[in-house]
Amino acid sequence: MQVKEKIIEKIFLLIALSSIFILGLITFFIFEEGLPLILKIGPKAFLLGERWIPSKGLFGIFPMIVSSFWVTFGALLLGIPLGLACTIFLSELIPPSIGILLRPAIQLLAAIPSVIYGFWGLIVLVPLIQNYLGGPGLSIFAGSLVLGFMILPTIITISEDSLKALPPSYKAGALALGATHWQTIWRVLIPAAKSGIVTSIILGMGRAIGETMAMIMILGNAVKMPSSFLDSARTLTTNIGIEMGYASGDHRQALFATGIVLFFIIMALNILAIFLSRRRVD
Amino acid sequence: MADGRLQNQGFGILNLGILYSLLFILFSLGCQRSKAGITVAGSTSVEPFAELLAEEYMSHHPKSHIYVQGGGSTAGIEAVITRAAKIGMSSRPLLGQEKNLYSVTIAKDAIAIILHPKNPIQDLSLDQIREVFSGKIKSWKELKGISRPIVLVTREEGSGTREAFQKFVMGKEDISLESLVQDSNGAVRQVVASNPSAIGYISLGLVNNQVKALKISGVEPNLTDIENGKYTLVRPFLFVFNGEPVGETKSFLEFVLSPLAQKLLLKEGLVPILPKIAKE
Repeated sequence: MQVKEKIIEKIFLLIALSSIFILGLITFFIFEEGLPLILKIGPKAFLLGERWIPSKGLFGIFPMIVSSFWVTFGALLLGIPLGLACTIFLSELIPPSIGILLRPAIQLLAAIPSVIYGFWGLIVLVPLIQNYLGGPGLSIFAGSLVLGFMILPTIITISEDSLKALPPSYKAGALALGATHWQTIWRVLIPAAKSGIVTSIILGMGRAIGETMAMIMILGNAVKMPSSFLDSARTLTTNIGIEMGYASGDHRQALFATGIVLFFIIMALNILAIFLSRRRVD
Repeated sequence: MADGRLQNQGFGILNLGILYSLLFILFSLGCQRSKAGITVAGSTSVEPFAELLAEEYMSHHPKSHIYVQGGGSTAGIEAVITRAAKIGMSSRPLLGQEKNLYSVTIAKDAIAIILHPKNPIQDLSLDQIREVFSGKIKSWKELKGISRPIVLVTREEGSGTREAFQKFVMGKEDISLESLVQDSNGAVRQVVASNPSAIGYISLGLVNNQVKALKISGVEPNLTDIENGKYTLVRPFLFVFNGEPVGETKSFLEFVLSPLAQKLLLKEGLVPILPKIAKE
């Protein structure tokens, strides 16, 4: 019996390690394919170059880095207030009968494939923006709107969990001191769950930066520095997604190099999120 | 109580076992099917036509399976080199080392400059189109059209259609960085169809009633004017093989070059390589 358990233990350990092994393998290949190009043209020309014309050997991804952050910022502008309001309503104010419907609905929001979000944005939002706000319609504004909805489930589920994890004594104490329900929520519960909420926002940000399919369909993918929210733009992920099919040689390596930049951004966000959620436990 | 729990666990493992064996059976079925078939991969411009040809071929040869995938000209050629696909589709001429592969032109395709049907402009010269796409002409008003800014729609870098457009129209000029970039003919068509001030370019065979094809210096992109060389935006569609095709692959290629298949391509808006059929 003992031996059998040991064997099973080892097998499970091996399976768990294989996921780390695969992560390592992916990392290795992204760097192996992408790094030579960054070194060839120089990190500065790559990261801060403003022109991306692969057929002429120009691989500047600065407009895409900026666009990625514009789109993400726009998504957070919509996602944070909506997500927080939804969380407060779900955890504190909701009548149980609605909760039964609402929670699965929000979880379903996360299960909808991103291509569907993209399609909806393309068919519904883009013509509206084109007719009422001007510009090509395929724009950062449209992308931010769609992404804002896509990151809602991430923000809501994680920040609701962190509100639920608070000791009940916080709420009871505040109410006993004579605070109203709203004062309790706003002055006691939200500040106490702050690190969890910030973590949820950072993870939402990671989701927004990484989104590809929907953005290819909505952003218009123009390779230029955006100057307004109604401009078309190309993010780091869509640059890889849209050009991978036909790229070869240096061009292909430059796409992997774009992946390296993306890798660092996502790593930084995740480390920040882990760091913040650790602090919550302590 | 404890016994019951153990039994439940037993069931769990049993279920897992059944699930895995089902998956295994499914996979092995999949493998068997793909072993007997021919994979055709490559250019998204050629893909819809190759699908049509594959369907037609399979209806004559019920035992054969031909799988058509997109991915892009370069991806298709690479798949042929690594033998992941038997046939590669390319909408651009082969470059450098790729020239060592065995390639056959299956048809020619014209590139149409497309506008929204409501756009009053019917006819532009190549020079005007070049100035529009390089961003020198920014409003339709400058071309005596509506007073709205021009929205350029182009294909992504590396696309065969873009390469052909660059060669035929742009020459040494760059396509404006302001242009929207879409990654397939269909997506370009969709954007142009939904925006009255947009202009784009797609394969002539894929022009439908949602968009209109522009005349170039009075020449309409139709078969006669493509055949007699008046409409110059024409490129070859290639099938690429790793070595001379044999067996099933060879028989599919022979079918594609047969009058029956070429007539089919003609009906879909391509220019057949057999001049006889084009004249009929």
